[in-house]
Amino acid sequence: MIYSYYPGCTLKDRAKQMDIYARKCADVLGIALKELPEWQCCGAVYPAASDEIAPRLSAVRALMNTEEGKLVTMCSACHHVLKRTNFDWNRDENFRQKANNYMKPETPYDGSVEVIHFLELLRDEIGFDALKEKVVNPLTGRKIGAFYGCLLLRPGKVLAFDDPENPSIIEDFIRALGAEPVRYPYRNECCGAYVALENKACAEMQVERALNSAVAAGCEELITACPLCMYNLVENATAHKLPVSYFTELLAEALGVKEG
Amino acid sequence: MENSVKFLTETVLRISGVDPRKCMKCGKCSGTCPNYDAMEYHPHQFVSMVEKGQIEKLMNSDSIYLCLGCMACVERCPRNVAPGKLVGAVAQLKLRQQDMNRKGGNDVAAFADEIVPQQLLMAAMRKYRK
Ligand code: SF4
Ligand code: SF4
Repeated sequence: MIYSYYPGCTLKDRAKQMDIYARKCADVLGIALKELPEWQCCGAVYPAASDEIAPRLSAVRALMNTEEGKLVTMCSACHHVLKRTNFDWNRDENFRQKANNYMKPETPYDGSVEVIHFLELLRDEIGFDALKEKVVNPLTGRKIGAFYGCLLLRPGKVLAFDDPENPSIIEDFIRALGAEPVRYPYRNECCGAYVALENKACAEMQVERALNSAVAAGCEELITACPLCMYNLVENATAHKLPVSYFTELLAEALGVKEG
Repeated sequence: MENSVKFLTETVLRISGVDPRKCMKCGKCSGTCPNYDAMEYHPHQFVSMVEKGQIEKLMNSDSIYLCLGCMACVERCPRNVAPGKLVGAVAQLKLRQQDMNRKGGNDVAAFADEIVPQQLLMAAMRKYRK
C-alpha cells in the first residue's frame, strides 16, 4: 500500500529519529511512505483567526500535491495543521476562494485527500492485532505511559482522532507491542508548548504536573508523537523525570529494526 | 488614532467566530485552564469582557501571551463557546498593530540551540509576531 507522506521540518532535524524509525517500520509492515516531492513548513500552529489565509497555504499546497488519496503525517503539529486546513477547505467557501485567488492553481485542490496520522494508519489500516503479529521483540514487562498532549486530540470534532477526553489509541498501540500501557490523568494535558520560550517556569510547572501524575500512576517511561512535548518533557522536567521516546522508536524496537 | 470599541468588538467576534452570549458562566473553562494562575484575565473573563466590549483591556494584558493554545477550554466548554479562540483573536488584534510584535525575529532565533525543535521556533514566530 502506498501513502503520500509529509514529514515536516522538525523531523528532518531535531526529531530525525521519529522519521528514520517510521520509515524502517513502514518497510517491515509493507507500507510505502512516499514523501511529497516538494513540501513547505506547515507553520507549526494553526492560525488563531479565521481571516488568516496565508498561514494555511503551505498546508493547502501539500494537500494539492498528494497523489495517493491519503496523506500520512507523523508530527502532532503537522498533523494538526494539515487536518484542520483540510477540514476548513471542505467547509469554508470564503477560505477556499481566497486561497485559490491567491495561488491560481491550474487545477484547484478538490478536497478529496484524507489526512491521517501514522498512528491512525496503524490502528485503522493495518490494525493493532495484525501489528502484534509482526512484533519480534515484545516489550514485555515495560510500563509505558502515552503522552498525548493537545494537538493530536483537540478540537475533537475536527481531528476525529480519538475520544479527546479519554483516548486509548496509544495505549492500544503500546499493548500491541507487548508492553503494559499505564493510564494517568494528565496524559491529554498541555506540556507548556511555545510558552517555554519566554517563560521556562510556566513550562516547568506544566511538565511537573504531567510527570508527577505519570510517575504516581506507575509509568516508567513515556512516548509521544510531538517534538515540542518531547522537548518540554525532557528539558523542562524538574522534580520528576522519566525517559521519553517517540512512538516510532518504540515501534522500531518491537519490530526489531532499532539498532543498539 | 484610537480604535473604536465597536470596531474592536466586531473584529474579535468575526475573526474568532465566538458568540459570547452563549456562555452560561459555569466557569468550567477557567477551571480546566492549565495556566489559570498566571493569567491576569482568565478564560471566562475573556468571554464576559469581550461581550462588554472591553477588548483594549484584554489587548494590553500579558494574559494573551500566557494562553498555551492547548484548547482544553475549547473542548470542555459545555456551551461550545470556545474561550481560547477569543484569546487567540485578541492577541491577533494586538499583533496586527504597527510595531506591536511581542518579539523580534532575532529574539526568537537567539533561543535556537542544539536541542530546541524547529517546531518551537516556528510556533513562537507565529504567536509573537506578525
Ligand atoms: S466553560 Fe463555556 S459556558 Fe462555561 S464559563 Fe466558560 S465559556 Fe462560559
Ligand atoms: S487554550 Fe488558553 S485559555 Fe484555553 S485552557 Fe488552554 S491555556 Fe487556558
